[in-house]
Amino acid sequence: MAESAEEIRHHIRVYMMVFGALAVLTLVTVAVSYLHIESIAATIMVALAIASVKGALVAGYFMHLVSEKQIIYWILILTVAFFIVLMLLPLLTDISTVGIPV
Amino acid sequence: MSAEEIPYTVEPHPVTGVYNGKLGLWLFLASEVMLFGALFSTLVLLRVGAADWPHGWELLNVPLATLNTFVLIGSSVTMVMAWASLKLDDFGKFKLYMGVTVLLSFVFLVVKYFEYTHKFHLGISPATNNFYATYFTMTGLHGLHIIGGIVVNLYLLFPGNALWKTAPEQFTNRVECAGLYWHFVDLVWIFLFPILYLL
Amino acid sequence: MAEHSHNDSHGHHELGFWRKYLFSIDHKVIGIQYTLTALLFLLLGFSLMMMMRWQLAYPGQPMPWIGKLFGNTNMPEGIMVPEFYNQLGAMHGTIMVFLGVVPLAVGGFGNYILPLQIGAPDMAFPKLNMASYWVFACGGVVMLISFFVPGGAAQSGWTSYPPLANLATMGQTIWLIGMVFLITSSLLGSVNFIVTTVQMRVEGLSFFRLPFFVWTQFVTAFLLLLAFPPLEAAGVLQLMDRIAGTSFFLPSGLVVTGQLLEVAGGGNPLLWQHLFWFLAHPEVYVLILPALGIVAEVIANNTRRPLWGYRTMVYSVIFLGFMSFIVWAHHMFMTGMGTTISTFFQTTTMIISVPSVIILTALALSLHGASIRFTVPMLFALAFIPMFAIGGLTGLPLGLTASDLHLHDTYYVIGHFHYVVAPGTIFALFAGIYYWFPKITGRHMNTVLGKLHFWFSLIFMNGIFMPMFFVGMAGVSRRLYDQTQYAYGAQVQGLTAMGSWSAWMLGLAQIFFIVNFILSIRGGKKVESDNPWDATTLEWATPTPPPHGNFPETPVVYRDPYEYSVPGSDKDFLPQHVPDSGNSTSEPASADD
Repeated sequence: MAESAEEIRHHIRVYMMVFGALAVLTLVTVAVSYLHIESIAATIMVALAIASVKGALVAGYFMHLVSEKQIIYWILILTVAFFIVLMLLPLLTDISTVGIPV
Repeated sequence: MSAEEIPYTVEPHPVTGVYNGKLGLWLFLASEVMLFGALFSTLVLLRVGAADWPHGWELLNVPLATLNTFVLIGSSVTMVMAWASLKLDDFGKFKLYMGVTVLLSFVFLVVKYFEYTHKFHLGISPATNNFYATYFTMTGLHGLHIIGGIVVNLYLLFPGNALWKTAPEQFTNRVECAGLYWHFVDLVWIFLFPILYLL
Repeated sequence: MAEHSHNDSHGHHELGFWRKYLFSIDHKVIGIQYTLTALLFLLLGFSLMMMMRWQLAYPGQPMPWIGKLFGNTNMPEGIMVPEFYNQLGAMHGTIMVFLGVVPLAVGGFGNYILPLQIGAPDMAFPKLNMASYWVFACGGVVMLISFFVPGGAAQSGWTSYPPLANLATMGQTIWLIGMVFLITSSLLGSVNFIVTTVQMRVEGLSFFRLPFFVWTQFVTAFLLLLAFPPLEAAGVLQLMDRIAGTSFFLPSGLVVTGQLLEVAGGGNPLLWQHLFWFLAHPEVYVLILPALGIVAEVIANNTRRPLWGYRTMVYSVIFLGFMSFIVWAHHMFMTGMGTTISTFFQTTTMIISVPSVIILTALALSLHGASIRFTVPMLFALAFIPMFAIGGLTGLPLGLTASDLHLHDTYYVIGHFHYVVAPGTIFALFAGIYYWFPKITGRHMNTVLGKLHFWFSLIFMNGIFMPMFFVGMAGVSRRLYDQTQYAYGAQVQGLTAMGSWSAWMLGLAQIFFIVNFILSIRGGKKVESDNPWDATTLEWATPTPPPHGNFPETPVVYRDPYEYSVPGSDKDFLPQHVPDSGNSTSEPASADD
């Protein structure tokens, strides 16, 4: 990890910009929630979209994923695939009873 | 069996390009993604199957949680600055930034403490209904992860920092790994906050 | 016990007893700790089963000799009460899977052999390795304690389905706490295995020159890493239900012994099943993959030929690992899911049988034209092939929804999975013990005792599990403490009794192994060399037993892992680390993987 002092200082500038973006997006996501959008689906989509952008910034810049090595990417891709399976498949076994009170 | 005998503890592997600790930590984070993923899956299944489910902003303190979000993001910044200070050979700045990180973490926990006790005073507990069950369980597990991070960071700030004098690169790597864990904890909150409080 | 060689060239200070034998960070000591602990738990789990088999064969009859030892709550007048039968059943499964087989296959064999086979001085994180063992040991103690609390141990099956498990006695809470320890231990271990395999292979050891054993451990580690956390989450949720009064798994309107349960409700019992089986299906591949790895090593060595289709086997095991994450709901076909999604899981389940058939076929084809050495490890490895085949084939009617309708939760299922785990995995583990014992101790185990152990075990294992298919098809359900209360059960009671007698005889047959194991440590025939089996892989290139740091000089690898009977060579094997003098086709692989 032979990075020069100049490169580190550049990183620091990036960290500050990311911090600014995260702060703004936090305010945005809270403001949007006060709108009390009718459609629950739309509310969820917007909230998850903003959270995903924030998450991507933290992962990409604070955790240095934008410049990480292949092997780390592959581990994460595999994990995300199984994460999606875990989120989706149990729901699909239950889909016919969505919204029907038990 | 000393650390120097284990190759690639400090210097990166020529093919993978990473040192052992970093690879290990990302693998651990992968398992944490699955852990919190199971809890998110739980929330989805229970909410989708429920006759009615309250909105988070009806029952929870959004302004307080927004403050906490800023606090945690801030601690993420100071954490990465602590690592960057070590890369710039500034041990003093490292201690400052790491200290602020730990401080902000305590602030986060204190705010959570007030949130929880407010609910308990009203007679509300995880047993009240599944909304509160998921709220307390998910933020509780997240809080336990914060405590774990505090323990590690305090170790690096105080007794552990002796390694800086004997093996500065290895110490910097440890701080980097602790930082990856801390950013992940922040990442979980970035999703937890809107899902629990704003939907 | 393995004597540590003192020709340690690093001039380390002598470690005291505690740091040398109990809190060692040497992967070999940790591997032995795991092995001995796991063998004890296997014996305990087996004993629980032998007790169950009395009740099954002679329901309601007092157990001879030892029946009175279990107290008036569990066995008044020596007669087993149903609650105690259920405790034995739940703990037999839990102990065998989580405290016996996996710790032996992964914690024991994986820890000891993997670093050696890749030429490494130790695991990537030796202290983490030690922590893994002690967390596992604590989990084991917690599980043992559960037998002695009021109400006894967990008794809702190893699967702990709510609502039953939610409402069970204190032992279930302790089971959950024990599982948290065991899962944590497993996660720490899997990180270690993956980093070690990726980062610490010696020069020339590219991925496709790895012994198949290392590949199976590598894929297994990924399964443990990514599949266990959802069960840890589920365990936390069930603990919350039991301790904090939540209703994650409790539906509304649940009536228990005539009274409406006073909980918030709104929970979903199937949520537990999803989270449990998300782990438990990959878990069965955790049970079998290391076994396939061991069998591959023993077969290659005792046929004096390379494995047939090594590359195909590697691709198969990777594909198998991936597929194992998307088949889990075939354990839930009876829970009322729609036909589309059940067809999805049926399809993935059928697909996943392909790679395991490929691997088994490759192992069988490896025998063709070979001059087989019928050593004791080879006997176990050879028997593994048809036994695992029976286990695998009997799984097919369970993976197909139409037939699973009739077979689910019957003894057929128990027969199926025991064929895979008992004359399957456990035979492979015995093969591994007999095979690597000389490297670890410097002595051979006795061959006559070994052959007696093998033949009697093979016969009696089949005696226990083959009848189960017929008992199950007759309609007898699992976890039933007295099948004679039903006419259809009474009709096949003879088969059940035969299974019980086979189980007790199997228990006696293990005496050959136990005596052999213990006596051979100090009294077995000494090895003639560091490589008594004339094997090719790196673990045989160390002194015997391997010292701290394993290799006096870091080896370099020049060839594939199973270069046996290479034409033109004067010996019938070429070890991986020996440079070839003259054959221009063997060279260290370039670092391009």
